Amino acid sequence: MKLIKNAAGRIVPTEVNGQSQIPFQGINKYKPSGNKAKPPIRSCVDYPKDGNKLVKDLKTALKKAGLKDGMTISTHHHLRNGDAVTNVLFDTIKEMGIKNIRWFPSASFPVHSHLIKYLEDGTIHHIEGSMNGPLGKFTSEGKMKGVGVLRSHGGRYQAIQDGDVHIDIAVILAPTADPFGNATGDRGKSACGLIGFALGDSEYADRVIIVTDNLVPFPCVPWQIQGNNVDFVVEVESLGDPKKIVSGTTEVTKSPDRLLIAEYVADFIEEAGIMKDGFSLQAGAGGTNLAFLLFLKEKMKAKGVKARFMRGGSTKYLVELLEEGLTDYILDGQTFDLEGVRSMSENANHVNTSPFTSYNFHGKGNFASMVDVAVLGATEVDVNFNANVVTHSDGYLLHGIGGWQNCLYSKCTILAIPSFRDRIPVIVDEVTTLCGPGELIDVIITERGISINPKRKDLLKAVKGSSLPIKDIEQIKKEVDEICGGAPAKPKVNKEKVVAIIKWVDGTVLDSVFEIA
Amino acid sequence: MKKILKSFAGKRGESVRSDCYFEIELKDSGDIKINLKSKVESMYGESIKELILEMINFFEIKNAKILCEDNGALPFVLAARFELAVKRLAHPLTPSLREGGFKSSPFIKNIKFNKEYLLPFNEKNLHSTQKDKLRRSRLYLPGNEPKFFVNAGLHSPDGIILDLEDSVAPSEKDAAQLLVRNALRSVDFYSAERMVRINQLPKGVDDLKFIVPHNVNVILVPKCESAEQIHQLEKEVEKLRKQHKVENPIYFMPIIESALGVIKAFEIASASKYNCALAIGLEDYTADIGTQRTNEGRESIFARQMLVNAAKAASIQAIDTVFSDVADMEALRESVIEAKSLGFEGKGCIHPRQIKVVHEAFAPTEQEIEKAKKIVLAFEEAEKKGLGVVSLGSKMIDPPVVKRAVKTIDLAILNNLIDKNWRKG
Repeated sequence: MKLIKNAAGRIVPTEVNGQSQIPFQGINKYKPSGNKAKPPIRSCVDYPKDGNKLVKDLKTALKKAGLKDGMTISTHHHLRNGDAVTNVLFDTIKEMGIKNIRWFPSASFPVHSHLIKYLEDGTIHHIEGSMNGPLGKFTSEGKMKGVGVLRSHGGRYQAIQDGDVHIDIAVILAPTADPFGNATGDRGKSACGLIGFALGDSEYADRVIIVTDNLVPFPCVPWQIQGNNVDFVVEVESLGDPKKIVSGTTEVTKSPDRLLIAEYVADFIEEAGIMKDGFSLQAGAGGTNLAFLLFLKEKMKAKGVKARFMRGGSTKYLVELLEEGLTDYILDGQTFDLEGVRSMSENANHVNTSPFTSYNFHGKGNFASMVDVAVLGATEVDVNFNANVVTHSDGYLLHGIGGWQNCLYSKCTILAIPSFRDRIPVIVDEVTTLCGPGELIDVIITERGISINPKRKDLLKAVKGSSLPIKDIEQIKKEVDEICGGAPAKPKVNKEKVVAIIKWVDGTVLDSVFEIA
Repeated sequence: MKKILKSFAGKRGESVRSDCYFEIELKDSGDIKINLKSKVESMYGESIKELILEMINFFEIKNAKILCEDNGALPFVLAARFELAVKRLAHPLTPSLREGGFKSSPFIKNIKFNKEYLLPFNEKNLHSTQKDKLRRSRLYLPGNEPKFFVNAGLHSPDGIILDLEDSVAPSEKDAAQLLVRNALRSVDFYSAERMVRINQLPKGVDDLKFIVPHNVNVILVPKCESAEQIHQLEKEVEKLRKQHKVENPIYFMPIIESALGVIKAFEIASASKYNCALAIGLEDYTADIGTQRTNEGRESIFARQMLVNAAKAASIQAIDTVFSDVADMEALRESVIEAKSLGFEGKGCIHPRQIKVVHEAFAPTEQEIEKAKKIVLAFEEAEKKGLGVVSLGSKMIDPPVVKRAVKTIDLAILNNLIDKNWRKG
């Protein structure tokens, strides 16, 4: 494997799984050109006239779709840790004696550790998607046959559009669908909210299979996935465990330290002058990311400020802002709890949007860069504001990138993180794995203080004289090292063996994850 | 038969965070073997092993098998747990381990059980305190739960209390003593006053040697019922201060928690020049008088007023009990406003989120601030003119009123209610 140094100074391979790679060249330096990839031409006359695309079972659908060794199968993470079908899908593939599949999920969850045995026996060659928990450990220990590829949600869509990843068969789990293949996720016993991450797959894959446990007569309206793109529909007993698919309620953190961070986030947004009439923000579903909304809400009420829109996976906290008239719109990309599901069905101003309105490098413009402030997390941040979300300081892969990289393009990107967890420093001298260049990261908010990226002179000026605990990031790192008993040792890795690569949103290789020695 | 002697210390299991577990098994041969299982092995494995080896040398342990299960314990915790395991070798926990005349056996005889392994004193922890320091909030930290220590000061309480008393299980008192000692030396509690609640006297005397030499600012004396107890405490503390050449003052805060204590409140409050405050503990008090604690607190009105009166008569602060419903911030706020109206100057906190609410509720009102400003300005004006008497309008102002007004202004500045350059405005 040939390794070179990219523009971020990270060592990356020039070829991965037989495909040549472009090293990261700097933010906005590389723009793929030419035409987008295209799916094969299909004709309606080759499909049942009565619109009934139901087949007996998944195996039949896979057979009819022409499943072969070495194909790329895509799945989606909308059912989260409640997904019972993806494991069955690979049980079936194994049973059919197929080998060397490239699995292309939009994310994986701990439930998918079932698939480790298929990575071991060669049914799955490698994963291009997130490698969480046990799958991450497996990959980090160098046990996967191929090299893992981690992409953001937007990067995944970019790879599909550029033809970096050609999907042979997309398997889309839909909580409600009709026999024609129109499908949605917001209703049915396995309702999960939006299933927009499957949109790209439904348009670009050679074959598309819808699997549902709530088959309704045509038409399934409104639909999120259009039946005109669907080849086969399979009905199953159950898609999974509803309790694990969507939490009834999302809860804010109870940790006093996390609440302190959340309070600082809200204080910062106010003091920096971001919180003003017509502003917008991006919110996630992490404990701290939810908590800051509660503090911000009080501030907005006290000052009579109304936002124009909130972008996010919706939760009951965003819904409260909408229902109390503190924002005109929620532009929802995925729904995290039942309140979000309810609100979207009742309130015309809670809008179902494709996640690719934000997560799309090839969009003609992008919501992500229009958002005034995005509050995100990270596993590590270094003194140059570079951040890591996929590995921990021990070098093991643990998380996916999600929409994180894409959200970095907001006007003010805040990482709200503890300065250390137990004895694991989060503020470090150099990130173990680079996922987000410091150039795009504006503010780090920890329980020990707030650091502003020196290049954001405007923000530094805006909060000058405020009572916010503004500190140099080196100072926070120093405090953390003093508490933890020195800087942490670097993980011992085999610098010759790349087990996974981190893609930037434009498809270039930003960094490598090395085998744990 | 081979002789073995074993001891245990610390916490183990999946749910343990920021703590560790040690087993030391002494043998009559076989050198030192360390089995380290750490969550942070790749980052701090080497430094943990170094620390353990240093302590092995320090205590002069020769042949032993050492197991360390670490869940991200910081160095001060690792050191306290290891030292405890060593000390527990001298007091084996189970009778069966005591058999075989270990104490005279050569492989235990040479171990320096009585030495204290002290990590360097964090320079930030050398600060002293004043008798009349602001003590609006004091945050209780269970003495054997290190995970709560490190960030406690970030929530800006006026004081933190490392508790050796009720929050520590009887079987872990020895563990908490070492941990609290190490925390006093190593953990930066930022500007919070460093308090320790010792065990009820006379048992609490045992706790003193773990805190007095390590810059404790205030000692909380639970279930105090007589002046003699405070005299005894003062004597013991003085002895240790001399012995360890402690220069910073150490103040006492007796806690009244019984009917007898309430009756003797003034006697207790005036028992020592080191008393800085008198606090009340209502859980035990209400049990003692045979009633239930209610939100309205009618059952304790006599005790609380008595306590305020006794404290003020002795010219020290009166501090209210803790508020135990951590979820109800509005009730906490009301409770503090009521306490303030009775004359209390502080409240106990059992959760960091209570601190801000307590500070806000103790903050002076707009009216109080305006009045205080006028008094302070009138006083300064009179001083400038060399007048002996301060008057505001037709009213004469006594020195204690001026003093209170200055305090009100200070509190207002601290709460960001007025600018510190308010005179210019």
